[in-house]
Amino acid sequence: MAHEEIDKVTGVSTTGHEWDGIKELNNPLPRWWLWVFYACIAFAVGYVFVYPAVPLVSSYTTGFLGHSQRASALADAEAGKAARAEVGKQLANASLDQIKSDPKMLEFAMAQGRAAFGDNCAPCHGSGATGSKGYPNLQDDDWLWGGKLTDIEHTITVGVRSTSPDTRMNDMPRFGTDGLLDAKQIRNVAGFVLSLSGGSVKGADVAAGKQIFAENCTACHGEDAKGSTDLGAPNLTDKIWLYGGDEASVINTITVAHRGVMPTWGGKLDPVTIKSLAIYVHDLGGGT
Amino acid sequence: MRVDENVTAGSDSYYAAAKKNYPSSVSGRLRTIKWSVLIITLGIYYFLPFIRWDRGPDAPGQAVLIDMAGRKAYFFGVEIWPQEVYYLTGLLVLASIALFLMNAVAGRVWCGYLCPQTVWTDLYFAVERWIEGDRRDRILMDRAPMSAGKFLRKAVKHLIWLLIAVGTGGAWVLYFGDAPTIIKDTFTGNAAPIVYIWIGMLTFTTYSLAGFMREQVCLYMCPWPRIQAALTDEWALNVTYRTDRGEPRMSVKTGATAKVAGAAVGDCIDCKACVQVCPTGVDIREGMQLGCIQCGLCIDACDTVMKKVGREPGLIGYDTDMNIARRSEGKPPIYRIVRPRTVLYAALIVIIGGIMAYTLANRAFQGVSVLHDRNPLYVNLSDGGTRNGYTVRLINKRPQERHFVLTVSGLPEGFMVEAQGVAAADGKPVVEVPADTTRELRVLVMVPNGAKLSASTPINFYIVDTDNGEKASASDFFKTAGAS
Repeated sequence: MAHEEIDKVTGVSTTGHEWDGIKELNNPLPRWWLWVFYACIAFAVGYVFVYPAVPLVSSYTTGFLGHSQRASALADAEAGKAARAEVGKQLANASLDQIKSDPKMLEFAMAQGRAAFGDNCAPCHGSGATGSKGYPNLQDDDWLWGGKLTDIEHTITVGVRSTSPDTRMNDMPRFGTDGLLDAKQIRNVAGFVLSLSGGSVKGADVAAGKQIFAENCTACHGEDAKGSTDLGAPNLTDKIWLYGGDEASVINTITVAHRGVMPTWGGKLDPVTIKSLAIYVHDLGGGT
Repeated sequence: MRVDENVTAGSDSYYAAAKKNYPSSVSGRLRTIKWSVLIITLGIYYFLPFIRWDRGPDAPGQAVLIDMAGRKAYFFGVEIWPQEVYYLTGLLVLASIALFLMNAVAGRVWCGYLCPQTVWTDLYFAVERWIEGDRRDRILMDRAPMSAGKFLRKAVKHLIWLLIAVGTGGAWVLYFGDAPTIIKDTFTGNAAPIVYIWIGMLTFTTYSLAGFMREQVCLYMCPWPRIQAALTDEWALNVTYRTDRGEPRMSVKTGATAKVAGAAVGDCIDCKACVQVCPTGVDIREGMQLGCIQCGLCIDACDTVMKKVGREPGLIGYDTDMNIARRSEGKPPIYRIVRPRTVLYAALIVIIGGIMAYTLANRAFQGVSVLHDRNPLYVNLSDGGTRNGYTVRLINKRPQERHFVLTVSGLPEGFMVEAQGVAAADGKPVVEVPADTTRELRVLVMVPNGAKLSASTPINFYIVDTDNGEKASASDFFKTAGAS
């Protein structure tokens, strides 16, 4: 360096740069540091050519490798699908009880069932499967069409009052709307029905209601009013009421006879998914 | 700003090529200590994974093992689960306070004796000296043109360096799996790619950092020298050139003449032995500085020379600037190892170490954690009762299968506890948990009709080992629609 000025205090030469009388000392950087810096620049330049880097007006430079996060995410999804197909094959050939007793298949079915439930069932039954008025709560222990694994699988497959020819189906008469019973009779029978689970209806003659029940309702609901899962007739002696268990709701139900509909899933979901759903729903509150 | 055309002309010199050091061999007390530390630390590093430790048939038989796949860490009789990672935190806290203490007592003990960079560089220097000769031979050889002999020596040196480097990476991976198996798999090409990647990375770092970067790591890459400047104080012992005794420095001959003339004569004979042995190439006589890692080799070198010229050893030694000033004023030096700073650090080490040892000795070998269902919070049953669902995880940290009775308290009589997939005895589920693992269960708690519970009732889950009665508990809530 032609320029050589030594700072008196430190004994270090200065760079010659001076700002308002303050001079910059020249404590040289190690040269390898400079090389690392150049190497970083070279790396960055290489990166721009190899990977997607420069934004253009409506796209971007894709790079020589053609790497894309979207493509790799899709590849991951495909790989996941392929891996699921392997266990899925096992599930297709296994019975529901076999799946339930095999921890590995059970875990898989539960996971798949949970996902399928969220996609297909939650709109009516709720994300927690607790249902709401008119939509059965799948968490409790009351099952209109049976709570066994096979019952649940069948219900999911064919639906209730659905377009499937094999659909679950029953037809409670509209006692009020169709004039089969008058208002007084409906009030009496409602009083009888609610008395079975400890309730009451104002001004109802329970004895008369019992008589009306025997003549009109026992065919489906049974003489003990406990219903029948073969017919999908609700148990009227318990505390679970699909359309409400208060006085007005029960009278309304007898009057208009609600007819809930659940679609058939047989054609829409593959058998493995339906099996998984059956396993998942049974786990929530199914019985034996 | 003043524009100076000379600056641009000479801008090249804003960067300086690293000056290669040729530290010469030295022997003495501190060198012996350094050799011992090197042998002990590297011995531990390279051979610890081979020590076996019997933990029964289902657990790994390696004394020190970080089992990533099994999510466990083993250290002889201690087994750490991921949720106990605070023991690692504790160790790191202890390590940092130990560093503070070292600094308060004797400066950069870590840098000079214990730092991996120092230890491996020292080993590489030893190899270099062994193959290429001492300082003078190495300087001459580097200056000489390439010859067959020079090439052979250089090749052998780099080969040994690379072998050490590969061994460094090789030993590292042994801590993460069964050592004999990994060695066999590595040599037969059957090891996982990650094994080769780690060996490759540590081979590269060891070879480049210990073989080429050396003191550049301490000077430009390491943050620790900067931090230590804030940790040291005027009482901390540091490798110090005792200027009060050494200056004015002059050769033995000049000194003899000066003495006759009645002039002041220092003990330093300016032989530069201290500079020549320095692994970072600093001159200790310039005082405390960033480049000095305080390995104390200059002390050994100076003592050897002092003995030779018949003067008192200790011209360079562990001392403080304060004592230099005191001696210059004719006062006796004072040393205070025990002072508030060191006492505080030592006390922290004892307290934290004590707490860790206590919790380690008294930790439970079983645990239970409970997660209440979020959706739904409760289910009304057909008989008018209420059911709550929980996800319960039982933890068994013992190396054998155990059975736990699961019970719940805090609810009125008549409630039922059902663990799905678990048989009950006496109405209480008995859960089998395999050795050294956890088991997750879905547990349903049912309260019959008419229990009249408020919207939220605090309850406790207990697990009791059927064999030895060891317990664990967790608290949660039982939710209902509320009292009606």
